[in-house]
Amino acid sequence: MDTDDDFMSNVSSEEEDMMPDDSDNDLSGDDDFDFDDEPDPDIDMQQDFGQKKKAAYDITFKVYQPQDIQKQQDDLIKEVNMILDINKEEAAILLRHFRWNKERLIEDYMEKPSQVLEAAGLSESSAEAPRLKSIPGFVCDICCEDEEGLQSFALKCGHRYCVDCYRQYLAQKIVEEGEAARIQCPSDDCNLIIDARSLDLLVTQDLTDRYHKLLNRTYVEDRDSLKWCPAPDCQNVVECGIKKKDLTRIVPTVACLCSMRFCFGCPNEDHQPAPCDLVKKWLKKCADDSETANWISANTKECPKCNSTIEKNGGCNHMTCRKCKHEFCWMCMGLWSEHGTSWYNCNRFEEKSGTEARDAQAKSRVSLERYLHYYNRYANHEQSARLDKEMYLKTEKKMVQLQKESGMSWIEVQYLNSASQALQTCRRTLMWTYAFAFYLARNNLTEIFEDNQKDLEMAVESLSEMFEKPVQELADSKLKVDIMDKTSYCNKRRVILLDDTAQNLAEGRWTFNVEFTNPTPISNTKGSSSRR
Amino acid sequence: MSASKRLTKELADCTTNSPPGMHISLPDDSNLFKWHVILDGPAGTVYAGGRFGVVVQLHENYPFRSPTVTFATRIYHPNVTNDNLGNICLSVLKPENWKPAVKLVSVLEAVRNLLVEPQPDDPLEARIADEYKNDRKEFEKNARAYVAQYAKGAVNWEKAEAGAAAAAGGATTSTTTNTTSAR
Repeated sequence: MDTDDDFMSNVSSEEEDMMPDDSDNDLSGDDDFDFDDEPDPDIDMQQDFGQKKKAAYDITFKVYQPQDIQKQQDDLIKEVNMILDINKEEAAILLRHFRWNKERLIEDYMEKPSQVLEAAGLSESSAEAPRLKSIPGFVCDICCEDEEGLQSFALKCGHRYCVDCYRQYLAQKIVEEGEAARIQCPSDDCNLIIDARSLDLLVTQDLTDRYHKLLNRTYVEDRDSLKWCPAPDCQNVVECGIKKKDLTRIVPTVACLCSMRFCFGCPNEDHQPAPCDLVKKWLKKCADDSETANWISANTKECPKCNSTIEKNGGCNHMTCRKCKHEFCWMCMGLWSEHGTSWYNCNRFEEKSGTEARDAQAKSRVSLERYLHYYNRYANHEQSARLDKEMYLKTEKKMVQLQKESGMSWIEVQYLNSASQALQTCRRTLMWTYAFAFYLARNNLTEIFEDNQKDLEMAVESLSEMFEKPVQELADSKLKVDIMDKTSYCNKRRVILLDDTAQNLAEGRWTFNVEFTNPTPISNTKGSSSRR
Repeated sequence: MSASKRLTKELADCTTNSPPGMHISLPDDSNLFKWHVILDGPAGTVYAGGRFGVVVQLHENYPFRSPTVTFATRIYHPNVTNDNLGNICLSVLKPENWKPAVKLVSVLEAVRNLLVEPQPDDPLEARIADEYKNDRKEFEKNARAYVAQYAKGAVNWEKAEAGAAAAAGGATTSTTTNTTSAR
């Protein structure tokens, strides 16, 4: 019966290991997340997850399929139903109102039941469960029908409408507006919420199905520890106890049963080893630094006086800024008047005005070059990963061909599949190492990181090369062994790199050249329209 | 069709017992889904003395879909767009707040009430809302000038037609398609 506890504590043991010095923060109560601030350590769960020593970047998570999600809700509802002695439909409405925080619901309800009921859209009245009725003399206030024997329905509030109107109202809400958890009585100013049983009485099966689907969605969106798998057509949900404040210390990559790997802390796909905040900064920077900006920086200089951007359109180095009329030398950026007659040589390197201007220029140039260095490598791996993915689609065919030509069995050609998988995963990691490195300050740790990066990159490139060999050569058993070795080497290098990076991150040992915070909330915003 | 019956009844209630300060008519007697309402500027407000045309456009799924209500007359108001669309920001009209049991009469009352009590904290025209909050004198002067310029004499429904049709998203049973530009 302690399903709820199970949810929350999956990560707790991990957390303890990762953040020995974070105990104060744990109590500081992050507002956005206080719903899950459960008592942390839960020893029982460790048996399930803590069997083997995990790498520093591994986080604990669980994948649920749609039926598990249903069961979780049912269990919670049943529990509240028994403890508070209210019927299941009402328990469900209360739980939704409290965003499935059972403890808080029970506590609040014990304290002030009538307020809680009213706020959640429930009635205190102990009137019999609503059912369809035909009442003599009834006129529906919505459609104004008054024929004899008209079937009508009212919630406990007694606002009675004909069944047809009720149905149409519900269809409008469920189908057109995608609303389920908070459909109110159709009457003006009545906040009573329609419960699942009443709904079942009123609408057809297909609408009920959609209603329950929407409720499931609300359930997942309401719980910060749950997130839908973002893969198209995947119905699974991943649970992870990572909290917002953890995101500076850990990169919470999770993997769905459908093999989709994504970040639990932000809306992106797997971006290990770079932390969410840096990923966000990086993506923003890449979006801002468009091609235009690159061209401008590469082909223009700024006027040393007014900073207007200037493109050199003639051969002469004597520049006159069109805007502020400042005259300067294109080569040394110094004052033209200081050039005297020797302008075409521009040998005035000692001039103070020129040095200063050049310094500023050089700084911006170096910073651009630095960015481009990392960006080009990042983009290259991104593209290669895409190409490797295309290659993977061809691999299937290759493997069939190989079986035919070499007489190898299905299992014997699986090494190509593993190689392809390894290539894609490692490229993705490499890609993000460049974004990560862009924000790293220079020190010993960074050098170790770069060594690890280099090792992985070299291994990946050589595997990539082997992988692209024609089928005839692939059949060679020597090459097969080489590919298998290289595959496992790549995977090993990746683990080493990630492990090292994650450990330093957890211990707060990286020095970044930007401010590193936690602005990205776990994107579980209620009412997000991503899964309509 | 349930909508027709309900609308007939609502219209009958409105004409037999006309709500104060409002004159309701159908531009086309065979089409219950479009109402023309002339709203008298409430006494004691800056809008007093003005006559404001309000177009009510009903969806075929009315009353399950909220009505679209727009001003046909230009009006200087924090909650009405300052253009010839005349869109109104009114919480009861928002799809998520709309309840099918709400009658048009009470919607119109709410619109009229907006003239008495603008809601600058929920503005559609931020500038006018600011002015209303911080420089009431200037606001009143402007609002009166608009009344004098636009809200005297007969309501020009034609001009508002295109705007209202656009606001209703074309998903209405509108019979007239006035292509004259709404300039």
